[in-house]
Order: sequence, then structure tokens, then C-alpha cells
Amino acid sequence: MTGGRSDDRAIPTTGRLPAPIGRTAGRSPGSLAWARLRADRTAVVNGWILIALIIVAAAAPLVEALYGIGPQDQFQGQLDRYGMPIGPLGGISTQHWLGLEPGLGRDIFIRLVYGLRTSLVIATIATLVTITVGAAVGLLTGLVGRWTDGVVGAIIDVALAMPFLIVALTVVPTLTQRFYGPRDAVPPSFQAFSLILVFAVLGWAGTARLVRGQVLALRDREFVDAARAGGAGTTHIICRELLPNLTAPILVSASLALPAYIAAEAGLSFLGIGILEPTPDFGRMIQRSLGYLQTDPVYVLIPGSVLFLVVLAFNLFGDAVREALDPRAGGSGAR
Amino acid sequence: MIRFLVTRSARAVLTLLVVSMATFLMFFLLPRDPVTGMCPKNCNAERLDRVRHELGLDEPILEQYLAYLKGIFVGRDLGSAQGGHCSAPCLGYSYVNNEPVSTTIARVLPVTLSIVIPAAVLWLVLGIGLGMLSARRPGSLLDRASITISLAGASLPLYLVGGLLLLVFTYRMGIVPVPHYTPPWQNPLGWAGGLVLAWMALAFLFSAIYARLARAQMLETLSEDFIRTARAKGLAPRVVHGRHALRAAITPLVTIAGLDIGAALGGTVITEVTFGLRGLGRTAVDAVHDGDLPTIMGTVLVAALFIVVANVVVDALYHVIDPRVR
Repeated sequence: MTGGRSDDRAIPTTGRLPAPIGRTAGRSPGSLAWARLRADRTAVVNGWILIALIIVAAAAPLVEALYGIGPQDQFQGQLDRYGMPIGPLGGISTQHWLGLEPGLGRDIFIRLVYGLRTSLVIATIATLVTITVGAAVGLLTGLVGRWTDGVVGAIIDVALAMPFLIVALTVVPTLTQRFYGPRDAVPPSFQAFSLILVFAVLGWAGTARLVRGQVLALRDREFVDAARAGGAGTTHIICRELLPNLTAPILVSASLALPAYIAAEAGLSFLGIGILEPTPDFGRMIQRSLGYLQTDPVYVLIPGSVLFLVVLAFNLFGDAVREALDPRAGGSGAR
Repeated sequence: MIRFLVTRSARAVLTLLVVSMATFLMFFLLPRDPVTGMCPKNCNAERLDRVRHELGLDEPILEQYLAYLKGIFVGRDLGSAQGGHCSAPCLGYSYVNNEPVSTTIARVLPVTLSIVIPAAVLWLVLGIGLGMLSARRPGSLLDRASITISLAGASLPLYLVGGLLLLVFTYRMGIVPVPHYTPPWQNPLGWAGGLVLAWMALAFLFSAIYARLARAQMLETLSEDFIRTARAKGLAPRVVHGRHALRAAITPLVTIAGLDIGAALGGTVITEVTFGLRGLGRTAVDAVHDGDLPTIMGTVLVAALFIVVANVVVDALYHVIDPRVR
């Protein structure tokens, strides 16, 4: 009765496993985790949802061609004289699946498809960069130790003490002004680049601290000593001895970082920093929609629920991954 | 203990110094002349030069930084256009707000405190309570309901929750006034009424996270040996849960709560923007839009101060609560 239900799933019985993985002999921790992940219904469902989201985002131009409406097309003719979409539920119809934006009359569905693309591209690149930098710094300081440890530790302290939103709010416009004049059109790629840069500069420290702690615990273990006694070089020790033992914490950081960056990107755009008009973006769409809270609540609910569902799918999948990697730690335990 | 506190505080001060340096440097990367943002209407070259001189912007960066630091600790004399002497802690003078930055911060800080502190009490009580309850009977209806709610809460953006709360309680039902800040010593009820939506939004999102954490911690603790011993001694389940397990499970939560509260005190930017409350976060956003450098620097520093102090407090608390880290 103790340990709750995370114990139920700690080691799935052979019978519940798909046949090829059900062998008992010689399973690596990786394949064990994979088996646990595949036996977890939440993980499988959300995994497929994520794959579908990624395909939709990647194939946004194709979706546009099939749907027949572009993200910048305006349908002023379908708005009434107050600029509100004609028809029930914010103008939802067979032509406009999720209705129209009040004012500009743009199609909400296709803007959400492109918004998903914006969001996923930024969050994925930011996650890859932060995790790589954080893991590399953590590995090196943990392994080399001595003075690097103190110096990098102090830098980590500073990075973690920076108030994230306020610094991001300051840095993004500063960067933009450095390269573009007040009347220049700032290309979306640069807006995305500056967001990723801010996420990376402020985000690596958490991962670095985590990995460093793991390396400190691992570097004096017997298997590392044995490798060193056998004449292995530092590269070998990092790649063959340490990294395989660090995949779990690194994956855990990544699974937490990705939905956090999706939310942070939307939050910054909500505050008017980051991705600017006319590039479609979740946060800005919600910010715009809040002005129509009383007149067109459907317009508020649609982008809000889509953002919620995307982040939820990532969180659920991340929970399942964490639980599969370390059954004892247990995620939220949601089924 | 004292030695620990001294070294830890010294490190915190060092961190703050580096944060202030980093913020200071950041503005020298600005291509735009900071003076244009600060000069009132009818600017000409001569006036700009005067403002620049008064601000000390024609001096080397190191001297400017040292003057700024000196202002924080002992106060400094600013030009007559900036209100003359500026007593410590002096964070400079804002031409946009026409007052010293420390005055602005002293005015908006109570708003942020009024949002964060009651919200933190709410989310800690609700979150930890819910987590504990669901850990008592894992898999029960209550457990599954609380997990679903907390997963939803952890994935919802605050501005959406805030917007919906506003729509329902203020615009549709009209039972809660439009959010505003009244000092609690003037009208405690008005204070609570004006901020209750912000508390609800923050408490909902954070208690979701804390419920998950508390549940996981509690389950882990309940599987440990000392709990089995306590049970074997024949103690009532209430005592085992409430006294033995809670104490061990709450330690890591203290750390996370301290850091979260510290970060929130530095400006609940999105909450303040969503509900139109002018606290530290909203002030920072406006300062960014106005290019008001002294105010931006002041808010960043104050926010960093909260985060760093929270870190020290958490470390010290950990020392007290958990004998193993001594």
C-alpha cells in the first residue's frame, strides 16, 4: 500500500509488454524505459498527439493549400459594420472552421496552424540550445573541478538570479534596436532569433547545475576509476562512461524545458515583445482577443484552448517520459 | 550556522553586484541614445547635451557605474533638474515619471506585495493540502480529480485564466469589481475585493504545481522505513501522516516555495498586465516601452534582490529544518 501506484508500474510484468521487448535477458536501462513508455497509455496517446502537432506545424503551407485560405487573407465582407464576425460563435462556418478575427477578419484556424509552427520552432531550438550548453558546461565543470567550478558556479548563481521576464523584456527590444532602425521592418527570423538567444542565456544554468551534480556523484564511482585505470582518455570517459548515465537527467530537463519555452514564448508575445504582427503567434492572438472578452468570447476561448492543449500534451508526455526513466521518482502519476 | 550565513550572504551580495553590472552594461549596448527617451518635449541639441551632462552620461562607464553604486549605498547629488540630492538607496531619476526611481518603486511595491503574499498563502495551503489528501488514498476519486485539476492548472497560461475570471465574475455576474489597488490600511475590504481575482488566478496555477509536488513527495516519504516503524508502533494513521510524514515531505517544498515567492515578488508581470494592476512588473513593462532606463535598472535590481534573498532564506531554513545538511 505504500509507494502508491507508481510502484504498480515500476516494472511492468512481461505479460503486459509488447512481444519483442518481452524478452527477459539483457535489457539495457534504455530499452526498459522504452518498454515502460510503450506500456503507458497516456504516453502513447500523447506521443501520437505530439507527432500529429509536429506534422501539422511542419506542413503548414500544405495545410494552407488544402484549406484554401492563407494566414494573411482578410474577409472583411464577412464582418458586420462594427467589425464583428457575422454568424454565431464568432463566425464559425464550413469555410472558416474556427471563425474569424474581429477587426481584421483573418481566418483563425489557419493562423493557429502557423502559430503552432512559430511556437514549436522557437521552443524546440531553444530547448536544444539550452540543454546542449547546460549539459556541456555541467559536464566540464563537474569533471575538471578546481577553479572552474567556483567561477562557473558564481555565473550560474547570477543567471538564476536574473528576473526572467523583466530581463527578456529588456533584452529583446535592445537587441532589435541594435540591428534595426525604428522604422525598419524586423524580419520574423530575427524576432525568433532574439527570443531563442534570451531563453538560452537565461536557461542553461538550471541544466548545468543539475548535470554538474550528477557528474560529481558519478566521477568517483568504480566504473569511471576502472576506465581511467585502463588508460582511457577524458573524451572516452565523457562519451562512453558519463554521458550514458546522464541521458536520463538530460532528457528530464528537456521534457520540462520544452513546454516551459512554449509558454514563455507565448507569454512574451502576450506582453508585446517577441513575435510581432503579422506573423501568427499564440500569445499575441490571446492578447488581442482579450480586448473582445465581452463582445466575442469564442475568439478568446479558441486560441486559449489550443495553447492549453498543446502545453498539456507536452506536459503529459514529459511526465510519462520522466516516470519511464525513473519509476521511483514518479511524475504526476496521471493516467 | 553563523559562519554559513555570513559566507552565504557574502556570496549573495557578490551575485547582486554582478547582476547590477550586467544590467548596467546591457544599456551600453543600446545604439539609441538613452537621453532621447528621457528628455521632455521640445528637445534640441543643446538641451540634450545638458541632460546628458546632468545624467553623467558623458563620463566613462566605470565612473558612471561607481556613481550609481555609491548612490545605492550612501546617496548622491543629482542635478537640479533631477530633484537635487537623492538619498540612499538612490536608484537614479526617471524623466518619464518625473521622480526618483526609488519613489516609484516605493509606490508600486505594496501592490506587488499585496498580490503575492495572500496568493502565496492560498496556494501553499490549497496545494499542499490537496497533495496530502490525494496521497492518503492513491487512485481514489479525490486523487484522480486532484491530479486532473493540477495537470490542467499547470498547463494553463495565467492570462487566459485571468481573462476568464474577469469575464465571469466581473463582466457577466458583476459580483467582483474591476481589479484595482486600494491600500489595505485605508479600506481592507476594498483591498481584498480589488485583488481577489489576481489571488484566485495565481493561487489556482501555483497550487496545481504544489499539489503535484506535495503528492509525489508524500508518496515517496510514506514508502520509507521510519514510516513503517511508526505504523508498526501502532500509531494512528492521522499521526503518521500528519506528524511524521508531513515533516519529512515538506522540506523540499519549502525550497521551491521560497524560490517561487522570491521570483513572484520581483514582479508578477503577466498577472499585473492581465488585471491592469500597477505593481513592480507592470512598471518594468511600461519602462521598457518608454525606454526609461533608470526605472528598468531599478526594477531589475529590486527583482534580483528578492530572488537572491529568497535563496539565502531558503538555504538557512534548510539548515534549520533538515539536520542532514549541517
